[in-house]
Amino acid sequence: MSAPQTSTPTSSPIADRLRRAARDPVVVSGIAALALWVVAAIVSPAFASWSQILTLLMLASFLGVIAIGQTLVIIAGGEGIDLSVGAVATLAAIIGSRYMDGSNENLLLAVVLALGAAAIVGVINGVGILMFRVPPLVMTLGMIAVVYGFIRLYTGGRPAGSAAPALRTLVTGDTVAGIPGVLWLWLALSVLVIWLLRRTSYGWRLYAVGGNPNAAYLSGVNTKAVKLSAYVLSSVFAGVGGLLLLGYTQTVFLRLADPYMLPSVAATVVGGTALIGGVGGYLGTIIGAILLTVLDSFLRILQLGGGAGDAPRQIIYGLVLLVVLSAYGRQRRLRQ
Amino acid sequence: MNTLTARAGTSVSNLTRARMPMVATTVLLIVTVTAAATLQGNFFTPYGMTANFATILPIATVAVAQTIIVLSGGIDLSIGTIVTLSSVVTVRLMDGGDPSQVPLALAAGLATGAACGLFNGLLVAVLRLQPIVATFATSFVFGGVALLVLSSPGGTVPAVLTGGYRQVFAYLVPVPALLLLVLWLAWRLLRAQRIGQYLYAVGGNAGASYASAVPVTWVRVFAYTAGGTVAALAGVALLANSGSGDPFIGNELTLGSIAALVIGGTRLRGGAGGAGGSILGAIILTLIQNLVFFAGVPTNARELVNGAIIIIAIALAGLLTARSERAGRSEGRTA
Repeated sequence: MSAPQTSTPTSSPIADRLRRAARDPVVVSGIAALALWVVAAIVSPAFASWSQILTLLMLASFLGVIAIGQTLVIIAGGEGIDLSVGAVATLAAIIGSRYMDGSNENLLLAVVLALGAAAIVGVINGVGILMFRVPPLVMTLGMIAVVYGFIRLYTGGRPAGSAAPALRTLVTGDTVAGIPGVLWLWLALSVLVIWLLRRTSYGWRLYAVGGNPNAAYLSGVNTKAVKLSAYVLSSVFAGVGGLLLLGYTQTVFLRLADPYMLPSVAATVVGGTALIGGVGGYLGTIIGAILLTVLDSFLRILQLGGGAGDAPRQIIYGLVLLVVLSAYGRQRRLRQ
Repeated sequence: MNTLTARAGTSVSNLTRARMPMVATTVLLIVTVTAAATLQGNFFTPYGMTANFATILPIATVAVAQTIIVLSGGIDLSIGTIVTLSSVVTVRLMDGGDPSQVPLALAAGLATGAACGLFNGLLVAVLRLQPIVATFATSFVFGGVALLVLSSPGGTVPAVLTGGYRQVFAYLVPVPALLLLVLWLAWRLLRAQRIGQYLYAVGGNAGASYASAVPVTWVRVFAYTAGGTVAALAGVALLANSGSGDPFIGNELTLGSIAALVIGGTRLRGGAGGAGGSILGAIILTLIQNLVFFAGVPTNARELVNGAIIIIAIALAGLLTARSERAGRSEGRTA
């Protein structure tokens, strides 16, 4: 009964492969993103222009970089989730902008301090979750209040400074082969993370801990160290995302990266990384981030409702998310 | 006879084990109440009690709603927007101050909450979507609909509700405290029913429940629907407290409901805990916020101190719960 179903003898290998592809989250999300983009381009031809595509990808890159850590934490399992990424990204942007203060002189110091602060939050998350056994959802939720509280104390409610010109050109200006620097950076980080997950022993240990922590422990994997590293990396990548966002907006405000908190989870899950842990990868998250960004931009372009403001956009965003999730983000039946 | 005494023995140890999280919660409650009573001069006056319980009731009610859902093995990140949506529906229907419309408006508000809960329940139990992401998606839907119903803060709540909410009985018993008691009694009643037992069974082990002919799918749908209905009650309490409608009034309550539940000793994985603890958790949470205010912490540091104290409280509660669970497991292995 429980054995995996094999293909019936009559079906050809091609049909079999197609059927498997239809169940692959990366393929489904990719097709959904493409379909949405085609619809958007038909409705508003400007959507299909090269510069608009680059802008879309640039917007997706902030979510994509923040979601790197989210993917690692969710793969590491144990109900792993990091809701503090939005707050940490904001923290990094605020510290970065204060030390850069609109010049390139202190750029390196600012980046080091911003990412260092982010890493500290990650360590606190990890200690709370691993040593005090606070559920990850609650611990990272609670850290949001702590991080924003720290930001309020640090800034007195009025964030200072602005992005360094070098950071600004990296994100919006400097183009290599016609493509903004931030996209090259995202590509490099993506290759690095996918290599880390698929080809290194660290990646294997991460999947092992997420899939079956007891088996991983008995095989000599230091499960706590692996999980701690996932939370620290999550905060650091959130910090990188926050700095990139700073380069885009150039000045900071108190809730800068808040809108990235739950979408980072959604992008990861839409990309096929299951919240139970041990399953998935970063390629899916990239597609998920692009899908969510295309959807968001499309709904903004439609300018639904006019006077009613944001409401119809929100409703449709939620409903489309549900449709995409019900395509494959489903849990197993009780009766197998 | 022997088996009988043995069973009595295990039931006693079961009892003490089940009470461990409660002990942590009670200790926290005593500490916060004592601190609040010393720092807040008017704590034990009709005014102080009314002010405190008026803020506690909405968050405690949402915490109870979340508890019902979490016990069954789910979670609802849209619960704050359900509170908002049912409160704006209610305030739109009773706007104009005509007291005769109040019952209809309240019924419509509750029905809205129940419908939202049912929608969540069907998504999670029948479509089998992962609760965290599914309810995250529906929070956009409910929040958006709330903005359509009431696009900007406004609307007036009849004096029957706002006045009644501020009444005080027997010098120190304000109406919100009585309502809190009623809420707890209703929970005890639910728990005594078969469906109440099913909630724990499904949250504890869905597979085993299914094998024992528990209607798992419908228990989950029930949990979300009941949670949505109770969340609508919190929406009404918020209206009675503030006196007007606001399309964002309850959205912040989602995080508070989860924090209150964990402080109250309910296991986030489901199957253990109870709404009584969550009510105490909500009281502790609110008192901590008041304490930080009354202790004269500088304005800019308040949020940080508040957040840090809540995390420490959760960690303490979690540490004790984890201890008792581990003790329980090793005992099970030797037996």
